[in-house]
Amino acid sequence: MSVTVEVSNLVKQFDGGHVRAIDDVSLAIEEGEYLVLLGPSGCGKTTLLRTIAGLEQPTSGDVLIAGSVVNGLPPRVRKVAMVFQSYALYPHKTVLANIVFPLKPEKLPKQEREAKARWAAELLGIDNLLDRKPRQLSGGERQRVALARALVRAPHVFLLDEPLSNLDAKLRASARDELKQFQQRVGTTTVYVTHDQAEAMGLGDRIAVMDHGKLRQLGPPVEVYDDPADTFVATFIGSPPMNLIPRDGTLVGFRPEHLLPVEHVVGERVDASFHVDRIEYLSGDRHVYGTVSGIGKDTRVIARLPATVTDSVTPGESHAFGVSVTRLRFFDAESGLRSEPIQVNAEHG
Amino acid sequence: MAETLTETPPRQKLDGARQRLSDRDGFLAWIFLVPTVVYIVVLVAIPFFLAIAFAFSDVTSGNPSYDWVGLENFYRVFDDAVFWQALRNTFVFTVISMLLIVVLGKVLAMVLVADFKGKWIVRFLVLLPWTTPVALSSVTWLWLLHSIYSPIDWVLRNVGLIEENSYFLGRPALAMGSIIAVHVWRLVPLAAVIMMVGILSIPDDITEASRIDGAGFWRRMFEVTIPLTFPLIAVAALFGAIFTFTDMAVVYVLTGGGPTNSTHVLASWSFVRGIGGGDIGQGAVIALFLFPLLLAAAILILRAVRKMETI
Repeated sequence: MSVTVEVSNLVKQFDGGHVRAIDDVSLAIEEGEYLVLLGPSGCGKTTLLRTIAGLEQPTSGDVLIAGSVVNGLPPRVRKVAMVFQSYALYPHKTVLANIVFPLKPEKLPKQEREAKARWAAELLGIDNLLDRKPRQLSGGERQRVALARALVRAPHVFLLDEPLSNLDAKLRASARDELKQFQQRVGTTTVYVTHDQAEAMGLGDRIAVMDHGKLRQLGPPVEVYDDPADTFVATFIGSPPMNLIPRDGTLVGFRPEHLLPVEHVVGERVDASFHVDRIEYLSGDRHVYGTVSGIGKDTRVIARLPATVTDSVTPGESHAFGVSVTRLRFFDAESGLRSEPIQVNAEHG
Repeated sequence: MAETLTETPPRQKLDGARQRLSDRDGFLAWIFLVPTVVYIVVLVAIPFFLAIAFAFSDVTSGNPSYDWVGLENFYRVFDDAVFWQALRNTFVFTVISMLLIVVLGKVLAMVLVADFKGKWIVRFLVLLPWTTPVALSSVTWLWLLHSIYSPIDWVLRNVGLIEENSYFLGRPALAMGSIIAVHVWRLVPLAAVIMMVGILSIPDDITEASRIDGAGFWRRMFEVTIPLTFPLIAVAALFGAIFTFTDMAVVYVLTGGGPTNSTHVLASWSFVRGIGGGDIGQGAVIALFLFPLLLAAAILILRAVRKMETI
């Protein structure tokens, strides 16, 4: 069963109002949606998740689950399940006892409880580990136990707090894939917190980008990447981040992969002279560091040349580069918010 | 190529570099161990073996020459009803005190970890009984339980619960209860602090996970907190037991073993016989009976500590 989750005008203050961990956030999560809360550490994303869970009470504003206000209700009646960053398995209990634990308040017969736990364990492929203690498990296995414990109660909402950050890089990629498949299979509304944009882009139906307790942008991964709402989102998402060039009180932005040698730019383009300092080879792409002039103020930028672009680029020399006009984004230099496009010396290629 | 290799000059030592005595781990280990070894040998091992030796001798404070008498002292101690009473009292005091110390210590530990205004002053007050020397606090209790001027009696009388004084230390059952109460009063803070450390060592995540999993206060306590802090609860219980088992100050100050030897424990009876009565041999025999339980307690503590490391 999947339900909607909504927060409206949510504020959470700590230290008697000195710290605004969540600053007037409103967002609605649809039934069965996979929403990722993304932001740097300290941006309030975990506090938001904990407030939805009922581990924190909001200073003001409402949390709604399935359309009803749940402010003040303890976690157990909200029918949410949470996977912690540390997994928070009960170290003195076996895997089976860990998974059974959330079922106990439901007053089912013992056999039925264990059957449910075994079903959850089987779903996650850990049915051979049921007699082990958490300390005898690897990081990936622990994560599955934590997921099985969350799943077994058939919660209305899954809350995941950086569940992949304790895994090594290789395992993280496969676990990400499994997590997505798993959510699609069970179809439960999921809120996922991460600071890792690759996880956010790969997992989320929509991404909510947060900074300093405020919601900066909410949208599908493509939109957040291609049409960032402000310079924070533009530079936080994307690796390397979006290039921003000041011009007449406006910042002209473009992604590194759109700054290319002129002959590779299709359609109307803006020309620039690119003085190259340094080149890095990263998984087939070339990351070219240098100073661009002709678009606005001379600015250090990064260009990402895909493997298909084989033009020779030499450090210490200037090259004719360009950006397709459709790829330019404009931001107000003061507020950082998106602004009206301005005229940049366009050429037809 | 081979020639150039053979011409390599011999490796020289770094100028002025030489190993000092203090760089040698083996030497340091011995230096650091010496104080402990001296302490244990002089204050634990020698008295212990002396006690065993005296137990088989006719040494008295009047005639300290050592003569072997075999099991003579043991027979005399066993023939004395006060010894059996003291042995029984020691176990009764220890078991009842230990149970009360653990339960009250657990409650107090939960008060100590709770977040409330002025908790530092509460923590400070709670720890006071433990920091007061046993003899001093026992004397204070002696006044509080005085047969004529007891303020406790005065309060109970004025509230209307009793008509005449209770004579706390003058009736065997009340005297035993008083001794247990004082032990519990002075050892609960220690147990509470030990258990508080246990509660604080549980990661917040685990407590929060159990809240999300729908466990209420009692289930969290019995299924999460107590199992996770069990080794420390065991340590607190064993410390309580050892301090009660070996203590003679409370009994000696409060009742002096009376009325009519009914509240003696092994330690106080050994002292009365060995030092007060001058019969060192009998005193040693009685004191030796403390050894088996202390050994068992030490083993249990070490096991609990080891279990703590594996969780």
